[in-house]
Amino acid sequence: MQDFADAFARAVTLVISGDADLIEIVALSLRVSLTATLLACALGLPIGALLAIARFPGRGAVTVVINALMGLPPVVVGLVVYLHLSRAGPLGFLGLLYTPAAMIIAQTVLITPIVAALSRQVLEDLHAEYAEQFRSLCLSRRAAVGALLWDGRYSLLTVALAGFGRAVAEVGAVMVVGGNIDHLTRVMTTAIALETSRGELALALALGIVLMVIALGVNALVHGVHQSAARRAHA
Amino acid sequence: MHEPRPAGPAAATNPAPPAGPRLRAEAITLTQGGRRLLDGVDLDLAGGGITMVLGPNGAGKSLLLKVLHGLIAPDTGRVLWDGRPAGQATRRRQAMVFQRPVLLRRSAAANIDFVLRARGRRDRARRDALLAHVGLDAHASRPARRLSGGEQQRLALARALATGPELLFLDEPTASLDPASVLRIEQVVAAARADDTGVVFVTHDVGQARRLADDIVFLHRGRVVEHAPAARFFDAPASAAARDFLAGRIVV
Amino acid sequence: MISRLFSSAAAAAALTLAAGVATAQDDDSIIVQSTTSTANSGLYDHLLPIFEGATGIEVHVVAVGTGQAIRNARNCDGDVLLVHARPAERRFVADGMGVERFDLMYNDFVIVGPEADPAGIGGMEDAQEALAAIAGAEAVFASRGDDSGTHKTEMALWADTGIDPAAHSGAWYRETGSGMGATLNAGVGMGAYVMTDRATWTSFANKGDFGILVEGDADLHNQYGVILVNPEACPSVNAEDGRAFIDWLLSPAGQAAIAAHEVDSRQLFFPNAR
Ligand SMILES: Nc1ncnc2c1ncn2[C@@H]1O[C@H](COP(=O)(O)OP(=O)(O)OP(=O)(O)O)[C@@H](O)[C@H]1O
Ligand SMILES: [Mg+2]
Repeated sequence: MQDFADAFARAVTLVISGDADLIEIVALSLRVSLTATLLACALGLPIGALLAIARFPGRGAVTVVINALMGLPPVVVGLVVYLHLSRAGPLGFLGLLYTPAAMIIAQTVLITPIVAALSRQVLEDLHAEYAEQFRSLCLSRRAAVGALLWDGRYSLLTVALAGFGRAVAEVGAVMVVGGNIDHLTRVMTTAIALETSRGELALALALGIVLMVIALGVNALVHGVHQSAARRAHA
Repeated sequence: MHEPRPAGPAAATNPAPPAGPRLRAEAITLTQGGRRLLDGVDLDLAGGGITMVLGPNGAGKSLLLKVLHGLIAPDTGRVLWDGRPAGQATRRRQAMVFQRPVLLRRSAAANIDFVLRARGRRDRARRDALLAHVGLDAHASRPARRLSGGEQQRLALARALATGPELLFLDEPTASLDPASVLRIEQVVAAARADDTGVVFVTHDVGQARRLADDIVFLHRGRVVEHAPAARFFDAPASAAARDFLAGRIVV
Repeated sequence: MISRLFSSAAAAAALTLAAGVATAQDDDSIIVQSTTSTANSGLYDHLLPIFEGATGIEVHVVAVGTGQAIRNARNCDGDVLLVHARPAERRFVADGMGVERFDLMYNDFVIVGPEADPAGIGGMEDAQEALAAIAGAEAVFASRGDDSGTHKTEMALWADTGIDPAAHSGAWYRETGSGMGATLNAGVGMGAYVMTDRATWTSFANKGDFGILVEGDADLHNQYGVILVNPEACPSVNAEDGRAFIDWLLSPAGQAAIAAHEVDSRQLFFPNAR
């Protein structure tokens, strides 16, 4: 348990000292995972909305598949993305392997199913409530989706946070496609893995604590925005 | 009426209602789960005026409104409006306030804006006039879902009026309202009628029906038992069911 | 709406990719596919600033097991290969994937274990004898089991003893399937003997009551090699900068820099370029 005390002390020291490497790693973590979350929302929300309101053959099967994809192991995602981005792979000519872009792609692939599946649930419930009113108004499907996304925005924010949480916490995918290259693709989780393999358990734990505080900060920020906005317009 | 009717295209551009029935239901039946919910409904409604639909709980009033509005396709029979089958095209020029109004999770004003925008219009003056018309101008920026039940009913009515409908379906819009709110809504409905908007209005309030109705449709167990001008219905109901209902004796 | 969102997503993705391409290593940088021991022991942290300062060439190190590093390089995902498994390296060059293999430096493997030393191997000078003693005592032994250079050497030693440890896998023989550091963490956690390269061990911080029990056997020699990935097989290779890095490593300056890298005032790698 002395490791924990040591870890806390080191975490505090790291943060207070404003360690340049730490700042760089934290910034990259946030950049990669927030970008992946944005992309996953741009892809996943329309998919979720489509599954929530459209009726087409195979919709049930697609829903089941997307729900199952929520459980994708990050390493598998990393491997699949690696095989595509590798110089020997079909997208190798882009030269993206071992860059932050590759990590963003991998995390986007990882969390898009989460955003799609959870938003489908949120939007389907909302749509059940609104559908008749929308039909009475002769809303276009586009306007209906827009209204659902807007009215469901706070629940969908939680969905996005779920995606972000998974992205920022995963190590398997970014390790494979990013390569954990110092000053280029090293993020919080790969740094933690590295320090663990160096046997620097307290330092690894300290980084883990910093990661948790960051995740907490992002969530608190969103929560605060949600609360103040909800007080104004939502019910 | 005392309230200014917001200027809308409906009043200005409406052609004179064609002669004969404007809304026509022919042999409507609707069966669900082995139960016949609407059972051979025939109905002819003139263009303007207020048609009040009466009938005990579960008679099929709400279902009938949805069928007439084109939201539910009947199993047999058809609904015609100006000779055209009920559907998206007819629905665009109608509006409905549901028994349980569904308000969007935004401010009262934004609920109206939403409907105006759906019709390709952005008209703050009209929105404000509508809110004032139903007495909600002071609540414009409040979250719609935090309004009281009566305020929500009024907002739903204002929203329904926003598109300038030629035909308005109102499903118990004054249920559970205080007398002042009831009066307010009745004034708004009467103003709509004065503007040549047809109104089909479900109520359980016989006094309200006496005050507003031009004609009465009495529905019982999915059948139109009686359709008559208001005066005749109240003075001399033709059916035993209607007589029992008016006397407060009807059993579902 | 939906198609609009999709197209905006595609646009965003394209932007990201474009941004990624901009940061991709197409300019003055190379990727080194490396074994973990060199990275974990801090060798690159010591060497790269010197090299980068002298040449302006940026070196990006991807540290994975030797087997993985070679596979990645076979996919052309690197410019330079720096590993420690001579037979596999020779095959890599023979297959046309590498230009030429150079001896770079060496250190040695050691067998570490708990103070209690249940198999009584402390002080033995013959690695095979020590392994046989461990097998005889059925004392717990943690193996990389990951096709790394260390694992290949360990398997060669077992082959000499005539014992097939795989037959006891899951019993006293535990294959972690992970890197050296993870295997050391596991070994320390379960009191298992581990064969490790000395550099990783020296710089490893979670030693517990473990110490070096067997060392000094010539069979525990650990030779590192460096290879330029063949630009004829992989057109994406930055041959010029890769060659510059290798030339520098093999030069007196590079060799001296390797020798100067110390942890706890102990030299970890011994340059032996010819
Ligand atoms: N979707 C449905 N599936 C099955 N039965 C239904 C459905 N909708 C309504 N019903 C049944 O049809 C009957 C008529 O319902 P409706 O809502 O039209 O009654 P109503 O006349 O409006 O009654 P109330 O005065 O209580 O509003 C009820 O018995 C109801 O249970
Ligand atoms: Mg009803």
